[in-house]
Amino acid sequence: MILRRLPEVIGPVLLVLGAALLGLGVSTSLQTYFLDTLVKVSIVVALYVFIGNSGVLSFGHIAFVALGVWTAGVLTVPESQKNAIMPGLAHFLLHTNVGNIGSLALAAAVGLVFAFIVGLPLMRLSGLAAGIATFGVLEIVNNLLRYWQSVGPGLNAFSSVPQTTGIWQAAVAAMICIVVAYAYQRSRFGRQLRAAREDPAAASAAGISIYRQRLLAFTLSGALAGLAGGLYVHLLPIEVDSLYLDLTFITLAMLVVGGSGSLLGAVLGALAVSGLDSFLSASENGVDVLGLHLDLPTGTTVIVIGTLMAVVLVLRPSGLSGGRELALPRSRRLADLQKARAST
Amino acid sequence: MTVAFLNLSWPTFAEALSLGGIYALMAVGIGLVFGVLRLVNFAYGQLIMAGAYAIAYSSQWGWPTWGGIMLCFAVVLALSTAMDWLVFRPLRGHSPAVMLVATFAVAFLLQSIAVLAFGQLGTVASSIGPLNQPWDIGGVLIRKIAIVSIAIAAFCLVLLQLLLTRTSVGLHMRAAAMDFRTSRMLGVRANRVIGGAVLISGLLAAVSAFMLTARNPQVTPIFGLDETIVVLAGVVLGGLTRPISATLGGFTIGFASGILGGALPTDQSQYLPSFLFGAVILVLIIRPAGLFTRGDVAMERL
Repeated sequence: MILRRLPEVIGPVLLVLGAALLGLGVSTSLQTYFLDTLVKVSIVVALYVFIGNSGVLSFGHIAFVALGVWTAGVLTVPESQKNAIMPGLAHFLLHTNVGNIGSLALAAAVGLVFAFIVGLPLMRLSGLAAGIATFGVLEIVNNLLRYWQSVGPGLNAFSSVPQTTGIWQAAVAAMICIVVAYAYQRSRFGRQLRAAREDPAAASAAGISIYRQRLLAFTLSGALAGLAGGLYVHLLPIEVDSLYLDLTFITLAMLVVGGSGSLLGAVLGALAVSGLDSFLSASENGVDVLGLHLDLPTGTTVIVIGTLMAVVLVLRPSGLSGGRELALPRSRRLADLQKARAST
Repeated sequence: MTVAFLNLSWPTFAEALSLGGIYALMAVGIGLVFGVLRLVNFAYGQLIMAGAYAIAYSSQWGWPTWGGIMLCFAVVLALSTAMDWLVFRPLRGHSPAVMLVATFAVAFLLQSIAVLAFGQLGTVASSIGPLNQPWDIGGVLIRKIAIVSIAIAAFCLVLLQLLLTRTSVGLHMRAAAMDFRTSRMLGVRANRVIGGAVLISGLLAAVSAFMLTARNPQVTPIFGLDETIVVLAGVVLGGLTRPISATLGGFTIGFASGILGGALPTDQSQYLPSFLFGAVILVLIIRPAGLFTRGDVAMERL
């Protein structure tokens, strides 16, 4: 039984490993796209832990990513350059620096704590109210980070952060996210939440506290999103504007296209849409593919991905994966046995 | 001359009132479609953006102002009908969350099409610029557009109220908003009601586009986006179950942001979105069904 379940987690991990190996074999300029893709996998898996398991929409997760970016960024900019990038920084942050792994851990911790605090009131909501309220969280965090210069660079980019997110670090982090997400969804908490997603009334009747299970998933996904933010800031000089609606849109598109009902869907969607996104963005700057010169006008990327997302939602709301995990074909004996057991 | 409380000036008050009026129209446009389809249209702002571009380009082509307004109505109505056919209809019966994500995608799609077609930088709708000049009312200078917006918004809302309460179309719409299935059984024609709601919603988007363009003639691909986000929050704040509660929610958030934006110094008003959305979240926690509802919880259709 356990063996048969193994592909459910190994499959997504191998997908990430494959992307990482592919990324090792290409030129440095191309590698940036693979790094970006691997970070996106972490973000989408974080989204999936909450949205996929609970069935409740969240527009707020990029806020946790942004907090991870801020935490890891502020704590790793070299002390000598802090004043130049962040003139208004609070005194105690000015002289506090941590290493790479420490900054990632702290980014995850900040995401976790913040998601828990925000989740305490918000997890009572569902449906549209939850969608709008989480959107509110994104708006507030974005607004505060934009203007509150005591905690970060405000509108400046995080330009002097050590760029330590390499292929292996990004891949290992994405795999950690996948394993954590899988362990959670197979745990009793994950199952309870999935039961509540399918039938809230029945789940409540069976003694499940939907509020508590949602809060747990929200907190966990906040931690993963924070971690992804930490990876992101160590990858490229990021700024507050790129942690807002566009990133929300693209990551939601990945989750929806892949299928929000399964971990495989989240990873598959992140890889597939990221690949498409990278290719189209590169084409907007002009690339040569198979001897053809491709030069697409600015805006094409979002048009293609937006159309793809809308078409998937209309024609196949369960996404590419159909909400299923990867499974080995069942042996005939086992299938017969189960059929016999089901009929009695 | 000031309003008695909060030390507000009359121009700020008028501006806030007009912003509240515009947001109320947008809110009722979103609320009407939600009533019959259970769909929150995130792409409402892009309808407004399209209308604003229609006004801007017709002014560049040297059209008279009324021609620009006609074009604005034509473009917005065509686009909202297209949206109904291509997106709303196929999505009928999906969960509200799925439909919200879908319209989120449509919003980004339309925005990128605008980037592609008109460029990132935007154009200026100069023909309705004169509406920004102030009127002198008893020594107080108030922008013409503020007065005009208040008048138009009031007129539209009264008209809408009459339509909803005094005509059979309105009755059908309200019945459908309350209980779609039962109202269909009792002879309400689903497609006609939905088509009507989409049509009125489009008309309101066109009116809002005109007023927002007059307030801010610089039309860019993200025109109307911020306003829509605030109005969506306002609509949920007021309560989506009835058009009137959605309208009040839209008005409240528009008026509040107008007053706060006008009364606070810049170093505080830059945090206005945080105040607004903080307040919205607070209200949602206390009254998830909305501020102006009568205790009836919004039932999601099974």
